[in-house]
Amino acid sequence: MRLRLLPTTLIGLLILAGCSEGVLSPQGPVASAERQILFNSLGIMLAIVIPTILATLGVAFWFRSSNGRARYRPDFEYSGRLELLVWSIPAMTVLLVGGVAWVGAHDLDPRKPIASATDPVRVQVVSLDWKWLFIYPDQGIASVNRLTIPVGTPVSFELTSSGVMNSFFVPQLGSQIYTMAGMVTRLHLQADHAGRYRGLSAQYSGEGFADMQFAVDAVPAAAFSQWVSATHDAGPMLDAHAYADLAKPSEAIAPFTYGDVAPGLFSHVQSTAVQPNDPARLTDLASKRTDK
Amino acid sequence: MNITVAVESGEALPSASEAGPAPKRIVVAYGFWIFLLSDIVMFSALFAAYAVLQHASAGGPTGAQLFNQSRVAIETACLLASSYTCGLMSLAVNSRRRFATYLGALLTFVLGVAFLSLEIREFADMIAQGAGPQRSAFLSAFFALVGCHGLHVTAGLVWLVVMMGQVASKGFRPAVQRRLQCFSLFWHALDIVWVGLFTVVYLMGVTQ
Amino acid sequence: MNLLGKLDWSAIPFDQPIIMGAGAFMVLAIVGILSWVTLKGYVPYLWREWITSVDHKRIGVMYFLLALVMLLRGFSDAIMMRAQQAVAAGGAQGYLPPEHFDQVFSAHGTIMIFFVAMPFVIGLMNFVLPLQLGVRDVAFPTLNSVSFWLTASGVLLINISLVVGEFAKTGWIAYPPLSELQFSPGVGVDYYLWSLQISGVGTLLTGINFVTTILKLRAPGMGYMRMPVFCWTSLAANLLIVAAFPVLTATLGMLLLDRYLGFHFFTVDGQGNAMMYVNLFWVWGHPEVYILILPPFGIFSEVVATFSGKPLFGYRSMVAATMAICVLSFLVWLHHFFTMGASADVNGFFGVMTMIIAVPTGVKVFNWLFTMYGGRVRFEVPILWSIGFMVTFVIGGMSGVLMAVPPADFQLHNSLFLVAHFHNVIIGGVIFGVMAGYNYWFPKAFGFKLDERWGRASFWCWLIGFYVAFMPLYVLGLMGMTRRMQHYDNVAWQPWLVVAAIGTAIILVGIVCQIVQLVVSIRDRDRLRVTGDPWNGRTLEWSTASPPPAWNFAVLPQVAERDSFWVAKHRAGARQAQPEPARQYEPIEVPKNSPVGVVNAFFAVVIGFALIWHIWWMAGLGLIGTFLAILVFAFRDGDETEVPAEQVAEFDRLHEARVAI
Repeated sequence: MRLRLLPTTLIGLLILAGCSEGVLSPQGPVASAERQILFNSLGIMLAIVIPTILATLGVAFWFRSSNGRARYRPDFEYSGRLELLVWSIPAMTVLLVGGVAWVGAHDLDPRKPIASATDPVRVQVVSLDWKWLFIYPDQGIASVNRLTIPVGTPVSFELTSSGVMNSFFVPQLGSQIYTMAGMVTRLHLQADHAGRYRGLSAQYSGEGFADMQFAVDAVPAAAFSQWVSATHDAGPMLDAHAYADLAKPSEAIAPFTYGDVAPGLFSHVQSTAVQPNDPARLTDLASKRTDK
Repeated sequence: MNITVAVESGEALPSASEAGPAPKRIVVAYGFWIFLLSDIVMFSALFAAYAVLQHASAGGPTGAQLFNQSRVAIETACLLASSYTCGLMSLAVNSRRRFATYLGALLTFVLGVAFLSLEIREFADMIAQGAGPQRSAFLSAFFALVGCHGLHVTAGLVWLVVMMGQVASKGFRPAVQRRLQCFSLFWHALDIVWVGLFTVVYLMGVTQ
Repeated sequence: MNLLGKLDWSAIPFDQPIIMGAGAFMVLAIVGILSWVTLKGYVPYLWREWITSVDHKRIGVMYFLLALVMLLRGFSDAIMMRAQQAVAAGGAQGYLPPEHFDQVFSAHGTIMIFFVAMPFVIGLMNFVLPLQLGVRDVAFPTLNSVSFWLTASGVLLINISLVVGEFAKTGWIAYPPLSELQFSPGVGVDYYLWSLQISGVGTLLTGINFVTTILKLRAPGMGYMRMPVFCWTSLAANLLIVAAFPVLTATLGMLLLDRYLGFHFFTVDGQGNAMMYVNLFWVWGHPEVYILILPPFGIFSEVVATFSGKPLFGYRSMVAATMAICVLSFLVWLHHFFTMGASADVNGFFGVMTMIIAVPTGVKVFNWLFTMYGGRVRFEVPILWSIGFMVTFVIGGMSGVLMAVPPADFQLHNSLFLVAHFHNVIIGGVIFGVMAGYNYWFPKAFGFKLDERWGRASFWCWLIGFYVAFMPLYVLGLMGMTRRMQHYDNVAWQPWLVVAAIGTAIILVGIVCQIVQLVVSIRDRDRLRVTGDPWNGRTLEWSTASPPPAWNFAVLPQVAERDSFWVAKHRAGARQAQPEPARQYEPIEVPKNSPVGVVNAFFAVVIGFALIWHIWWMAGLGLIGTFLAILVFAFRDGDETEVPAEQVAEFDRLHEARVAI
């Protein structure tokens, strides 16, 4: 009875968790594959964990000192065969899960492009205090705190940070990856269904962290190009000056867009992070932090 | 003597691990060895940092531009020689010759001070050139690694002075002897760290 | 020139009622205890018998007490966090503003790891190791006292941060660049750094001390393969301390240089490399996890064997598994940041290594299982904790291996799933182990048992509370909730967080039960009084009196096999009333008390506080004070006093007589 109860409750809980915007209701190939790996590994381990738990409770109960029917064997302290079993059971389990891990690490490497007939959309991501900047270098537009992507098209991300480390994460689309100042990380995701998904920073980054969220709008390809041209026609230009303005710490910013982006802005962001000492800039930033 | 007794009585000698608590001299030296190991682990973290940041000069001067090989050669010679004189001091301690002990300690101290002053000169010159630790990550790692070794040498010198005070006031009693033994372990360990440092920082730093 | 550095009245947050309330409570409690102690005239007694004591048993008890007090502090942080997250849903901001909430979770993590789990484990090792090894003290008794008092200094500093200034708002891992001066200009990170550096030195010295003790001081005849398993796991843990803590010291030292002298190890500018901190931190951090869990593994081994009335199953396997974990723990650190963007090969390697370390751990679980098999399991409090641990830890281990699969971690990293996982292994492993050890060895330390009924109540509250508090967090992690959120928009999360808060309340009841258990047991101590061997124990600590005399053993025991006390008892039973040969007593040298530990700790607090607030003259004075204290200690005459043979014999005869009854 209990043997069946535990997996049922577990699966029930998982389904409950899957109802909302979590990692168990994937909307893209990466997230789906990751969910599959999660279930496979969990299944392999439950096959050994549940019997172990039951055996522990069973043995402890049966060999209680008040049970006269249990045989007392005070010299049972070694058995070569059991030792072999004891080492091989976890070793076999780990062999299986280890295989899943090794293959999965390669298949789902965040740097690996997603195989697709359509050309990927390039997005450059900058995490700022405490908002997200998305630059579309090929379209020459940029957006803050809202990521619009076409459905069924791979999105190729390059990510960096203006200062503090963050982690770019859209649970329903798959892998998260750190954004670090002076470094660029790569990530490939794809949305298979139109919809609005929750994106967030998964690495604590200071006071405004809780509001460091963004919405991902996955829209049909036609709607995407519409959005691109609409954005192009409106909004200010994002150049080094506007970026410096944007980089000032602020919280819970409503999404807005830039109609134009200065070429090479992303590499500018990345290199400002590695500028040699500039005390003026340092104190400036520090005072802004404290003023806030 | 004891061996024959044991054989005659037909009992096997207990193996070293079953001999019971070790005498204090051994326990102290052993504990100090483990401390030195931990110290070397700390240095290895600083070495790792240096290896990572070696080329992160942020547009500032590199090792090849900064390091003065001949000065470092003299520093190395001083430190290695001080290890030798420290060994002489240990011999003198073992044979309980007070004057020779003082002489060995004095030579060790003078060589150590010479090493330190050369190092301080090097640091001062670099800082005067605008190549202080605030200039780049590479220089931060350099000053931290070499400076940490320098601090160890300083601590060693202070320790040596205190120990000579103890020899003067207490003579060669067992506690003092154990401490002198630890000191010489410490001093040789600093030498070993310096050899690694010399190789990684100065020799390899100039070839690149 | 300001004589007090950065310190002024604005450092004390008079406008924060919660902090001021907590601070006032703390100050009142300290003043109350101090004045009570003074009025009752206990000060000389405390000074003589505890504060300056270098007896490993006393120091162990003080470590444990320190950890208990800090458990209350760390747990109140936990209650505040759970309460905040239970209410701050939708548009609500809860009752804690971000700058306070951020300090609370940073302090909770720091305190629980460094000032609760560590002193608990070190306290137990302190008390038990020399007794189990059959010797009279640790290798360096005075150093042991220095270690304890340095840990206490760290504790004091972190508690001062509650009232004077602030604590770090960076999380307990203090990743740069967030923890750099540029982004954290306040004193919070400095409090974090100095309290960890000071207590870290203490921990390192403890590691050196215990490794030397185990390897060089054992009763005659106790070869390595005759050592109790707790000694083995402690050896492994202390080797890890010696090999890992210096890395932490160096890493935090680099961050200090960045913050104080403008170095560029981890800064955004100057081409610093913040990820180097992350790597170095976890090169220490992962072994640290095993430093915490290995000694409890030893405790469970002792407890399961004793209460099953059987030797431990597969002793050699157990030893091999322990040492395998000890070595492997240095090869897994990267699994703490698979999401850094390392190559698939690197991620794959560390993922597989992490799983391999689960093999010896699994072996241990099976060995405990087979130890109970064929035994007569007496369900007293220590084994309840052990069985609770076996069930809970297996679940925690499973979720850990799950996250060692890199693609799974890409989704679960930093989520509440992770939070649930490490609480699952740290509460279910370390805390349960410490509680088992506390109930098991308490009668040895004080000569009376802990009350059984309250002990059971506490266990059940902890167990149920744990599941109610942390299972929802697994679910929340899968729902995509990340950790350290001061508020959140997704109201679907709220019910789970409310349940988690209720679980925390149940654990609170468990803690209250524990305190009541202690009080009741002290009240009823005459009823609970025991002789040397209350549990029918197997190892040498049960062969001496409870509480043991300062010299532990009147005559060092001769060991010829594993579980030698158990074997000796059985042999004596077989021989019946055959009189033992008369024991030869000799005078015993015991180490003298020394105030050097507490004096050093005083100066360490002065130095730490001065450096945090940039009061340079005070730091200088503190350094000079430390140096002078060590100098005075180095020049004192005679480290030991002699206990005359007659006194030893008298005590031993009394003990034998009591056992005979």
